[in-house]
Amino acid sequence: MLERALTGDQKYYRWITALLILMGLGFAAYLVQLNKGLTITGMSRDVSWGFYIAQFTFLVGVAASAVMVVLPYYLHDVKVFGRITILGEFLAVASVTMCLLFIVVDLGKPMRLLNVLLYPTPNSILFWDMIVLNGYLFLNILIGWNVLEAERKGVHYPNWVKPLIYLSIPWAVSIHTVTAFLYAGLPARHYWLTAIMAARFLASAFASGPALLILLAFLVKRYTRFDPGREAIDKLSQIVTYAMIISVFFVGLEFFTAFYSRIPSHMHALQYLFVGLEGHRNLVPFMWLFAILAIVALVLLINPSTRKNDRTLKIACAAVFFSMWLEKGLGLVVAGFIPNPFDQVREYTPSILELMIALGVWATGFFVLTILYKIAASVKEEVA
Amino acid sequence: MKIYNAKPILIGLAIFIGLATFPLWFNMGKAAPPPDPKLDTPVIQRMAVKQCIMPKDQMRTEHMQLLNDWRTEVVRNNNRIYTASDGKQYNMSLQNECMNCHSNKSQFCDQCHIYAGLQADATPYCWTCHIAPKENK
Amino acid sequence: MESSRRNFMKIGGACALGLGALPIVKAYAKNEKPQVAPDSKALVATKWAMVIDMKKCWEKGKPGCKDCLLACHSVHNVPEIKTIKEEIKWIWNEQYEHAFPGQENHFLPEEIRQKPFIVLCNHCTNPPCVRVCPTKATFKRKDGITMMDYHRCIGCRYCMAGCPYGARSFNFRDPRPYIQTELNMTYPTRERGVVEKCSFCDERLAVGLLPACVEACKCGALCFGDIEDPNSEVRKLLASRFTIRRKPELGTQPSVYYIV
Repeated sequence: MLERALTGDQKYYRWITALLILMGLGFAAYLVQLNKGLTITGMSRDVSWGFYIAQFTFLVGVAASAVMVVLPYYLHDVKVFGRITILGEFLAVASVTMCLLFIVVDLGKPMRLLNVLLYPTPNSILFWDMIVLNGYLFLNILIGWNVLEAERKGVHYPNWVKPLIYLSIPWAVSIHTVTAFLYAGLPARHYWLTAIMAARFLASAFASGPALLILLAFLVKRYTRFDPGREAIDKLSQIVTYAMIISVFFVGLEFFTAFYSRIPSHMHALQYLFVGLEGHRNLVPFMWLFAILAIVALVLLINPSTRKNDRTLKIACAAVFFSMWLEKGLGLVVAGFIPNPFDQVREYTPSILELMIALGVWATGFFVLTILYKIAASVKEEVA
Repeated sequence: MKIYNAKPILIGLAIFIGLATFPLWFNMGKAAPPPDPKLDTPVIQRMAVKQCIMPKDQMRTEHMQLLNDWRTEVVRNNNRIYTASDGKQYNMSLQNECMNCHSNKSQFCDQCHIYAGLQADATPYCWTCHIAPKENK
Repeated sequence: MESSRRNFMKIGGACALGLGALPIVKAYAKNEKPQVAPDSKALVATKWAMVIDMKKCWEKGKPGCKDCLLACHSVHNVPEIKTIKEEIKWIWNEQYEHAFPGQENHFLPEEIRQKPFIVLCNHCTNPPCVRVCPTKATFKRKDGITMMDYHRCIGCRYCMAGCPYGARSFNFRDPRPYIQTELNMTYPTRERGVVEKCSFCDERLAVGLLPACVEACKCGALCFGDIEDPNSEVRKLLASRFTIRRKPELGTQPSVYYIV
């Protein structure tokens, strides 16, 4: 089926070329990092994880796009999702690929990466994260590919795929939970040390993943002859609505616990994010933008007339995606390190090279996504 | 027999063969001199019996394994003394034991490593952390 | 004898598997007795601990004395990278409010607020860094030392997120050009991309020497010994003086105690 990715119109080739150029630039920047070390990033002794790990954390959430169509379709028989499960699964493949790449570019000694397998360490959450992420990647490749191939041949997919589909549902929950546990179990990082961390991850994942999926469904409809269906988009937008409400509610819960208990260490990170701490306010504008976007998204999503209107729904989904990116892909990881263990504020700003590498990884993800969606859309066009 | 699309296939084939054999003709006529590791350091010259911790042939083929085992024992198990098969005891340390006798890294280690095509100071990357003895060149 | 191709493949596969397993069998069959042992001169303990008498340090030490810090950093070839972001520190000074955050108040004696406290890796009994490391590159020795295996570290910096004491430094760049002191030719440097920290001078204990910082302190403010031995110097100090530890509420059980 891969050959379908090789033929396309001029627009398709132009888009692919643009992505390849960005990937090349990112790779060149990575070579500089490989040569000079992580000193080329903005990370420090105090904020020892930065943009890379934050992107990784956010993208684990985007991978939830798959489970949010697979679960209703296979467990609740929501038939309208039948047409788009493949889009959800392939989006998950692309986002998990980006997750793994972001982990690799963050390592100080990438050539020793396989030590994680060579010396398996079950007490480390990172070890489990490696297992669940790779597992989820392979599950979605296997399921997506086999189901699509069966569709092309006009037969039912092989029986052995069915248990894998059921397995992929709890497995999806595990990737968010385990990634949240990376943070929620560290004794002296007060912003992360919260029991609802995993719940927050699930809620924000179920908002940002399907939101991007809706936007992509609109794109697929516009650029190919495959129509994912208005009903499927309707159903997805309801999921996004509920998940977004719960997400924002959870952020509110964090505020209550911190500011009603008035325990300084619990308040510090939130203060740093939203009003600044000891005069340091790098992230304040971004977090207010998050708040505004979240409110805009909620207003547009909760109101049925704007949710059912294509234009406003697109705006709402973009707002959900971008606000969650600000919250998780920017604020959450960095604020966990502020203030540092000595109660000092040391800020973090990503460097240009760091952003270039990140952009390269995003381009790689969208490259994978484009290829997979091209194949899926071609098969769907052919069958229809 | 007729080949379809002969022109692009043959050109492609030629490019492929050219690339695949690149290392061969790129290095043609540039044979590296055979390695000649030197053992004539002051410490070795003073030794009555010139014997390493294992026989020479064994050292030649197994020194990397031995060094790796040593580092595991020292760093992870806190064992620092190695008893050789002849009963002699050694401090398991590349920097403080091996290089005591073989104080001529460039004449000893590098000779074979460079000949084998390993990048000096990069593979094996012992010397990014361990400090080699100063040599008078 | 007739045999199907299928059977032939099966038998062939089984044979290949058997051949492949040969080296494993050989490795198990080799039963040499271990040829390695610790140095007989080594200092041993059930659990190493340190008591730092800050009062003694401030009263008896010359003002601004940094003997212990310098001794450690020169013995271990610790680089001096001047930017605050990439600093590498094994043992250093912090003010009270930074070393013991949350325990300060406005009316503490001037001395406590202004004078430096010596901080280093606490070699916790429950070290979060060891718990989170995905490769066991940082691990707990039987004698309580939290060790680093620089050969195995992949540089993921999870331990730095885990450590509540900021005791870990990452080599963002090649440290060699920044080693200001004279190279200690008997100890390695580190390389770019790994995390490093104090090791309670495991290499010195192994040959019968006390940690470099303890040895360097002329006023005897640093006391090092076996906390499980009731007759040790550290136990006597702990029994007779009031001591505090950094962030005890986290349950990490630091092995470094402070007399204030």
